[in-house]
Amino acid sequence: MIRPGAMFGTLIASVFRKPATHRYPAARFEMPANFRGQIGFIAKNCIGCRMCMRDCPADAIEIRKVGEKRFEARFDLGRCIYCAQCVDSCPKSALEATDRYELAGYNQDQLKAFFEAAPAPPAASAAQAAPQEEPSPKEPVPAPDPGK
Amino acid sequence: MPDFGNVQIPVGPQHPALKEPESFLITLRGEKITAASVRMGYNHRGVEKGAEGRTYTQDIYLVERICGICSHSHGTAFIQAVEEIAGLDVPRRAKYIRMLVGELERVHSHLLWLGVAGHEIGFDTLLMYSWRDREVVMDLLAAVSGNRVHYSMNTVGGVRRDVDSALAETILKGVDRLEEQTKYYIQVCSEETTVIKRLSGVGVVTHEDALRLLVVGPTARASGVARDIRKDDPYLAYDELDFKIVTSDHCDVYGRTLVRLGELMESYSMIRQIVKNMPDGPITVKAPRKIPAGEALSRYEAPRGEDVHYVKANGTEKPERVKVRAPTLANLQAVSHMLRDNNLADMPIVIAAIDPCFSCTDRAVEIDRADSGPRDRMDWGRLRAHGIDFYRSRGVDFTELNRSLTRRMKKL
Repeated sequence: MIRPGAMFGTLIASVFRKPATHRYPAARFEMPANFRGQIGFIAKNCIGCRMCMRDCPADAIEIRKVGEKRFEARFDLGRCIYCAQCVDSCPKSALEATDRYELAGYNQDQLKAFFEAAPAPPAASAAQAAPQEEPSPKEPVPAPDPGK
Repeated sequence: MPDFGNVQIPVGPQHPALKEPESFLITLRGEKITAASVRMGYNHRGVEKGAEGRTYTQDIYLVERICGICSHSHGTAFIQAVEEIAGLDVPRRAKYIRMLVGELERVHSHLLWLGVAGHEIGFDTLLMYSWRDREVVMDLLAAVSGNRVHYSMNTVGGVRRDVDSALAETILKGVDRLEEQTKYYIQVCSEETTVIKRLSGVGVVTHEDALRLLVVGPTARASGVARDIRKDDPYLAYDELDFKIVTSDHCDVYGRTLVRLGELMESYSMIRQIVKNMPDGPITVKAPRKIPAGEALSRYEAPRGEDVHYVKANGTEKPERVKVRAPTLANLQAVSHMLRDNNLADMPIVIAAIDPCFSCTDRAVEIDRADSGPRDRMDWGRLRAHGIDFYRSRGVDFTELNRSLTRRMKKL
């Protein structure tokens, strides 16, 4: 197959073709619908059965009881293998696979994701200071500086 | 030209041309390889032992990580064995989805290999082209399973994600594009003189040798051995698909290239059949956490060849024993045979032609010889002395280097 002129068509087409690479981080990726990213915790659904802890292959989840039917969650992002088995194991949909994937950090602390427990119902503990409207999970990892 | 006699060259375990640690001891006479020995065991990860300490659910994700490329193969081979012991009747739809991911994975693996092979023979344009097209199948796998690598599709009793009609359309569109590109690669590989001349007669394993050395997968099929677990011992629903075993009589690296390209075309047709004939119904059945006592052996045609998983259950949540035979182990012993009488420069492509996956292969085997008396185990001191002797016998002496390093450490 020695045809010296054969490449010119490809050559000219390549000049005008969009590059095969993405302009990340300037252009963001659209994650597929089934994507298994960082695990999110919906505190008000958790019943503390710890099935997620039992099934986690990487021992990355810690669910702790902080009050009557109130549980907080800690995820070790360095250990997590993002299989989302915990999401399947959870009987009450308290865990979800989010589309967050930029989880690298500059130190170990940034690899720990902490989710507060749901606020206690006002009747149960009147002493509890200012219960929040929505259980807002702390943003555990700051998005890395795209310039770096 | 003066004759320097036989020269021995150790290649690896750490070598710039090898992506994974593996040791090859090459005996050369001039440029010709007269003998070659392969030594493995540099990347033992203890997966089998690890599997014994985890539950079946956790093990799915562990065995999946035996290989990054054929992760679905290992996962499915393992889960098939577990389901057989538990006596689970996996829904047909789940079987079809498993096959779909399995064939997409084969496409991904073969396109990757084509690029690597192109790179090894200095045909980097082929690498760039085939890896660009590999992105198409990677995106399809991501759309089906959620992630590009480690699809995690399996669970005991079925699959974790369903394939809807919109996704099926996307898959068919992607497959059309890939088929068009693969036809071009087949044209390139069957007409391009550089490819034919570079690969023909390199790494020859004759039909008889292939049978004797028990090679598997595309390596065997390129030597005219029509062996394919999908046909010979159909698992999942492969008996419902119409496909043929691609073989070649070239018996060399060129034949292995043609077989893999032919298998790509077969896989496209199989993916179309799977999508078209996908049965309705549930994708999973309820599985017990405790698997009853029993044992099962499962065979799976991974992209590289036959993958064997053995699982022994003892009625608890954890398996008693898991044994994995990755396809590379079956093909690896043929490499020293293939290397003989080739030029040293052919070594990279000959090794790459079996599509080796050394890390997947390493398992610990303890041989207890009946005539050796009490068991012989090494403590750290003896192991160290053995290491020093091992390298000294190969002409490598680290004594001086160690002394100078120690001196430097002391100064610090």
